[in-house]
Amino acid sequence: MYGSAGRPRNAAHYNTVMSRQVALACRAVVKRFGDVTAVDGLDLDVARGECFGLLGPNGAGKTTTIEMLEGLQAPDAGEVEVLGLRWADSADALRPRLGIQLQETQLAEKLSVAETLELFGSFYPSGPGVDGLLALVGLEAKRDAWVGKLSGGQKQRLSVACALAGEPEVLFLDEPTTGLDPQSRLQLWDVLQRFKARGGTLLLTTHYMDEAATLCDRIGIVDKGKLIALGTPAALVQGLGTAHVIEIDLDGDAPAPSVEALAPLAGVVDARVEGRTIALGSSAIHETVPAVLGVLAAARVPMRELRTHSASLEDVFVSLTGRHLRDE
Amino acid sequence: MSDPRPSTFLPALRQLTLSRMREFLREPEAVFWVFGFPVIMTLALGIAFRTRTEEPVRVAVDGGAGADAAAVRASLTAAGGFVLRDVPPPEIERALRDGLVQVVIVPGTPPTYRFDPARAESQVGRLAVDRALQRAAGRPDAFSPREDAVRAVGSRYIDWLVPGLLGMNIMGTGMWSTSFAIVTARTRKLLKRFAATPMPRGAYLLALVGSRLAFLVAEAVVLLGFAYVAFGVAVHGSLVALTVVCLLGALAFGGVALLVASRAKTIEGVSGLLNLVMLPMWVFSGVFFASSNFPEAMQPFVQALPLTALNDALRAVMNDGEALATLWRELAVMAGWGGVSFVAALKLFRWT
Ligand SMILES: Nc1ncnc2c1ncn2[C@@H]1O[C@H](COP(=O)(O)OP(=O)(O)O)[C@@H](O)[C@H]1O
Ligand SMILES: [Mg+2]
Repeated sequence: MYGSAGRPRNAAHYNTVMSRQVALACRAVVKRFGDVTAVDGLDLDVARGECFGLLGPNGAGKTTTIEMLEGLQAPDAGEVEVLGLRWADSADALRPRLGIQLQETQLAEKLSVAETLELFGSFYPSGPGVDGLLALVGLEAKRDAWVGKLSGGQKQRLSVACALAGEPEVLFLDEPTTGLDPQSRLQLWDVLQRFKARGGTLLLTTHYMDEAATLCDRIGIVDKGKLIALGTPAALVQGLGTAHVIEIDLDGDAPAPSVEALAPLAGVVDARVEGRTIALGSSAIHETVPAVLGVLAAARVPMRELRTHSASLEDVFVSLTGRHLRDE
Repeated sequence: MSDPRPSTFLPALRQLTLSRMREFLREPEAVFWVFGFPVIMTLALGIAFRTRTEEPVRVAVDGGAGADAAAVRASLTAAGGFVLRDVPPPEIERALRDGLVQVVIVPGTPPTYRFDPARAESQVGRLAVDRALQRAAGRPDAFSPREDAVRAVGSRYIDWLVPGLLGMNIMGTGMWSTSFAIVTARTRKLLKRFAATPMPRGAYLLALVGSRLAFLVAEAVVLLGFAYVAFGVAVHGSLVALTVVCLLGALAFGGVALLVASRAKTIEGVSGLLNLVMLPMWVFSGVFFASSNFPEAMQPFVQALPLTALNDALRAVMNDGEALATLWRELAVMAGWGGVSFVAALKLFRWT
C-alpha cells in the first residue's frame, strides 16, 4: 500500500542501485544559527523500509537535522538527499511522496477531525481518504469532534494521520510522543508499527530511549550536533560491555571511595562517582555487588540506597557523554 | 519539467476556502466585529448627523458687568437665535476650546469677536453675531433672501456618509481578518506545516481572499439594509454595479492584507503595521469629509489610495446612480492594488 507503483519517477532515481535502496542521506551536513552550530558535520544513511531513530537530549540538533531532510531548512554546508533526489531541484517531485509531522504545529482548533483530514487530503493527488485515515490512527469515534477538544494523545494521532494523508513513502516524526501519557504513547507506537509493516520508511526523533529501542531498527545518538554512536539498539547496549548498572547513594559525609578503588573490583567495566552517588557498569552483577559492599563497609561509608538495572540506551548515552539524556 | 500528476490546485483551493469560512463562523467574536460593529457605528453616526432644524448660536460676553456688555446682551436677545452662556472670565478660553460657546464677544467700540476659524460652527457663530450686532447698530439689509433648506432624501449628509462607512468596513474587516488569520497560523506553525505538504501556495493565499468575498456580501447587505431601514438611505444605481464595486474593493484590500501580513511574526507586529497602512486612508480617503478638501498638490496621492477609489465608486453608484463604465478609473486603481500586492505577497510570504 505504501509502495510507489504508478508514481512518476525522475530518471536519476534509477541511476544506481544504491540510490534505490537509500531513502535518506546526509553528507557532512552543517547548520549554524549565529554562534550556535546546531548540526556539526553529520553523516547519516537510512535505507528504504527502515525505521531510524535520532536519539538525543534537548538542543542536540535533532529538529534541525530532520527539518533539513524535510526541505524546510537549507544546510549551510554538506549535502542532503531524499529518495535519491535533492531539494534544490526536485522539491515539487518530493513533497507528495513524504509525510511530515512537526514538533510544534498546532492544528486549527475549531475544525473537526474529519474536516482537518479532508483539508490535508486535498493537497495530495491520492491517499487513503478521511475514513481510511481515521481507521489508520483509530480516531473513528472522534470524527466530528473539534480539534481543540481532543486530548494530547488524540491530537498527536491526528497530526500523524495528516502526515499519512498522501500515502507517503517516507514518514518524518519529530518527538511524536513527548509529553504523552503511557497509554497514548502505546497507541501511537501501534500506528507507527503498522506503517512499518507496510514497508514505509520512518525517521523519528525522540529523547525516550525505550521508544527508540522499541520502534527503531537502527539508532543514531546525537549530541551537540554530532552523531556520536550508530547501530541497532541491541548492538549499542552490547557495545557498553556491561549487562547491568549498579547505582549506590551514599549517606553521611564520609568521603566516597575513589574511582581508582572501584574500577578493579570484580565484574566492573566502568566506574564513576558523581557527588554522593556511585555508578558502576558491571558484566557480572553477582560478583560486583558483594565486592563494592565490602569496600564501603571497610571504609565505614554508610549507604542510603542501592539500585540495579539492566543496561539501556540511556547508559550508552551516559558512558559516551558523561551526562544524562533527560537533564533538562 | 512537465508534471503528470493530477493537479490539486482546485481541490486544495476549495478545502482551504471552506476551512477558512468554517473557522471564521465558529468564532463568535469575529462575527460580531464584522457584522455588528458596522451597524452600531452607522446608528451612532446617523444619530449624530441626523437632519436637524437650525440650532441657536451659543455665545459668551466677556467683561459681563459693564454697560457695554449689557447693551450687547440686549441686542442679541432682541435679534433671537442666540443662547447667552454665563461663563466666568477665567474660564472663557476653555469654554471656547471645548465648544461650550461658539463665539466670545468682548464689548467695546468696535467690539471684538473671539472665535476659532478652524471650526465651522465657530465661523457660523461669528457671522450670526456680526449680523445681529450690525443690524442693532443700524445697518440695513440690502435684500431679504428666500431660503430653501435641503431635507430631500438622497442629498443629506447621511446619504453621503453611508457609502463611505461601507468602504471603510470593506477595508477594515478585510484587512484585520485576513492578516490575523495569517499571523495566527504562522505563530502556531501551521503555515510551516502546510509548506511541508505539496499544497499549491497560491491556493492558500487565494483562499484567504476568496473566503472574504462570501462574507462581504452578507456584510454589505446588513449595513445597507440597516441604513435603509433606519435612515432611508437608498441605492440609486444598479445592484450589479454595486456588487462589482464591493467585490473589487474586497479583492484590493485582500491583496494588501496578504502583503501586510506576509512577513509579520506576531499579532502585535501586524496590528501596528495595519494601523500604519490604514491611517492615511481613514484621513484622506473621504470617509467622513470629502477628499477634495485636501490641497491640489496632494490629490495625486489621495486619488491613488484604494479606499479613495472604493469610496468614490460607491458614492457614484449609490448616490448618483452611475454606470460601471464611467467608473473605469476607480475600478482600475482597485484592481491594480489587488493584483500587484497579491503577486508581491506570494513572493515575500514567510511560511516558517
Ligand atoms: N531558528 C533557530 N534560531 C536560533 N537557534 C536555533 C534555531 N533552531 C535551533 N536552534 C538552536 O540549535 C540547537 C539545536 O536545536 P534543535 O535542532 O531544535 O535541537 P533538538 O530538536 O534536538 O532539541 C539549539 O541550541 C537551538 O537553540
Ligand atoms: Mg526538537
